[in-house]
Amino acid sequence: MIELKNVTCRFGTSVAVDRISLTIETGEVCVLVGSSGCGKSTTLRMVNRLLPLSAGEILVDGENITTMNPEQLRLNMGYVIQGTGLFPHWTVARNVAMVPELLKWPRQRIDERVQELLTLLGLDPAIHAEKYPQQLSGGQAQRVGVARALAADPNILLMDEPFGALDAITRENLQLEMLRIQRQVRKTTVFVTHDIDEALKLATRIAVMDQGRIIQHDTPENILRRPASDFVESLVGKQDRGLKLMSLRRVGDLMQRYPQAAIPEPGEEGVQEDDSLRLALSVMLWQDSGELPVFNGDGAKTGVVTRERIFQAGA
Amino acid sequence: MRAWLPPLMLATLLCGLSAGMSVLEPLYEWVQPDKQQVIYERESFLSLLQNHILLVLISACIGTLVAVAGGIFATRPSGRDFLPLVSQIASIGQTFPPVAVLALAVPVLGFGEAPILLALILYGLLPILRNTLAGLQGVDATVKQAALGMGMSPLRVLLQVELPLAGRVIVAGIRTSVTINIATAAIGSTIGARTLGDPVVAGLVNGNTAYVLQGAILIGLLALTVDSLFEAAESRASAI
Repeated sequence: MIELKNVTCRFGTSVAVDRISLTIETGEVCVLVGSSGCGKSTTLRMVNRLLPLSAGEILVDGENITTMNPEQLRLNMGYVIQGTGLFPHWTVARNVAMVPELLKWPRQRIDERVQELLTLLGLDPAIHAEKYPQQLSGGQAQRVGVARALAADPNILLMDEPFGALDAITRENLQLEMLRIQRQVRKTTVFVTHDIDEALKLATRIAVMDQGRIIQHDTPENILRRPASDFVESLVGKQDRGLKLMSLRRVGDLMQRYPQAAIPEPGEEGVQEDDSLRLALSVMLWQDSGELPVFNGDGAKTGVVTRERIFQAGA
Repeated sequence: MRAWLPPLMLATLLCGLSAGMSVLEPLYEWVQPDKQQVIYERESFLSLLQNHILLVLISACIGTLVAVAGGIFATRPSGRDFLPLVSQIASIGQTFPPVAVLALAVPVLGFGEAPILLALILYGLLPILRNTLAGLQGVDATVKQAALGMGMSPLRVLLQVELPLAGRVIVAGIRTSVTINIATAAIGSTIGARTLGDPVVAGLVNGNTAYVLQGAILIGLLALTVDSLFEAAESRASAI
């Protein structure tokens, strides 16, 4: 758990972060979102003490971070930044092994961990472990960046616009990947982004920041339904809200289930249980149909979702 | 392995000529037909070469230590205020002509090797310092930020990240500095240091162009040899 209490950060006379208080529960993903210069990255860097606090205090699992050794504190916090920050003179394997090496793990354990992590991030160790960062694509490099942050199994993950420099398709893939990994490892995560869609997709709770203050701290659904101010409303897109709410909900929540899963007919098109309602509606519009078959992860047909149901309860 | 061939050949040529300068006697007789003695014999070329190399080596080692330490200091958060001062001092060292340093240093340090060592160290500082600063400042800020943010201590960041990444640029500075100083060391002969400048000075005094030529050929060959050594070392480092 991370607690920020009346945290302030000043650079000279300008105030970058102004008396913010925020509690991030263990295992949740807290996304700090706001336009550039709103203090979100500054807040993140105060958590791992790359920047000093001007006032207030930050507690990690109840312990005040200013009393801790900064290196020890950071070794227990994975850190992913935009542009990866991978070491260009080290191989992928050595980059990932960095923190375990600092912690003086035995060689064999490090090697096993590197293999395990590259596999978790969808990179084949046999192909990529001995490459240098400049031989990777942007998406692969950022996967290595995430693997490096997870290497020593830290309790906390700090991510500073990690997907900001990637193209839309790669970013989307990595976001899905992150959701999958987060379900497996359950890290307490602070994620900084300026992209509200990314925030809505990944967050357990979102903290909207503006001019160094937190305007609203709530679940994605509540941010959409009850924006606290005009700023939040314009950030989430006032008229786009209906579709955004639909993209938060799974088809599986609104579908009508068959008593027993059926085998789909060949060529039958539909949606997955884990797909969003927004996607289901889009497919319906495109196919001009009132209902769609729904498949589970194994490909079995488990039910249908209808247009009426989505309109009634979708948003 | 192929990269080491040119320095090896040049070094062989250099040593061969130093030991047996007389093979070129016809050339020197043609250059200087009116003199009876055309080969410089007051001192063996090999011992002059050895002394010349020693002077350059010592000054390069001290210069590198001072310049790299200064460059590291000036790029640390605590030393950043001194950054302009440090680069200015090095620039002044470069603008001072070595001859002037000798003239000022001889009354204090006496004749011989000491004043030329001082002049070489001062003169060689700037290229190394400038490249150290450029190399360290050229390290990607996100890389340093990631290193610190992942829990590396500042010393570790310097040793494992910044210096390896800046290494090529720093070595290029040392290369420039050493090459310049091989030529500059020759003026030490004017104040009694034994260098490959001896035959040059003697030749100029006696109006014997053949002597001048012998000194110049050996100094030039030495500079080429050392430069190609650096070249080979760099290509090897980038191959890894």
